[in-house]
Amino acid sequence: MSAEVDSMMAQVAALPAADRKKKMTIVVMSGDFDKLFGAFIIGTGGAAMGMEVTMFFTFWGLRAIRNNMSTGKTLFGKMLGMMYGGDISKSNPSHFSFLGMGRWMFGKMMGAHNVAKLAELRDLAVMLGIGLYPCQMSMDVMEMPQESFIEGVKPAVGVGFMLAEAEESAIQFFI
Amino acid sequence: MSDMNIDLELDLKGLLCPMPMVKVSQNITNVPVGGIIRAVATDAGSMADIPAWAKSTGNEVLQAEKIDGQFVFLVKRVK
Repeated sequence: MSAEVDSMMAQVAALPAADRKKKMTIVVMSGDFDKLFGAFIIGTGGAAMGMEVTMFFTFWGLRAIRNNMSTGKTLFGKMLGMMYGGDISKSNPSHFSFLGMGRWMFGKMMGAHNVAKLAELRDLAVMLGIGLYPCQMSMDVMEMPQESFIEGVKPAVGVGFMLAEAEESAIQFFI
Repeated sequence: MSDMNIDLELDLKGLLCPMPMVKVSQNITNVPVGGIIRAVATDAGSMADIPAWAKSTGNEVLQAEKIDGQFVFLVKRVK
């Protein structure tokens, strides 16, 4: 068995680098506009370069894959849903936020420079076949069910799945 | 260069990172193996990105030149 594995490994090693499907894993913990931007630029860029890309969304990062459904079962859950509700278009920059002014200003500036909108970049990620996985534990804590996510989002997973993906990845990011 | 057969013209003007590279990668399978895409971009970063994309995906950049403030690429589909 091990000789078989060894010969397979040798075959893979003998392949030119370009023939091997490289893998990339991105953990997205932040829900900030600027950080989500970075995450999706790296993700879509990797997919364009032929990599198999997996993105995990946890805690604040869940905003990136949400729709506009209102969430929350308990008092705190409902409070969170109200004060931190909304989809990716509601994400504020990590600096220069000013109660939504920063979001508006960066939107204008990026539009003026013809950069793709954050939501467009996220939808492009789905289109390019990037696996978008929500973290089950965050969903439970924040009371966000699978129905509160956009179409194309994969079923929720845990840290074991994420680590198994990361283990096979040549490139990993935590954002 | 002028007698080269272009299979597909891509207008990437005005697009910023990562879109020029994404568009090239989405369109490479629209030309036959050995076929050539001529892409024109205005994003200076694409001068580094598109050759890196080609190296990583096993395709070939025949030309990457700045002409009148635009970046002109000839990309050959290798496989």
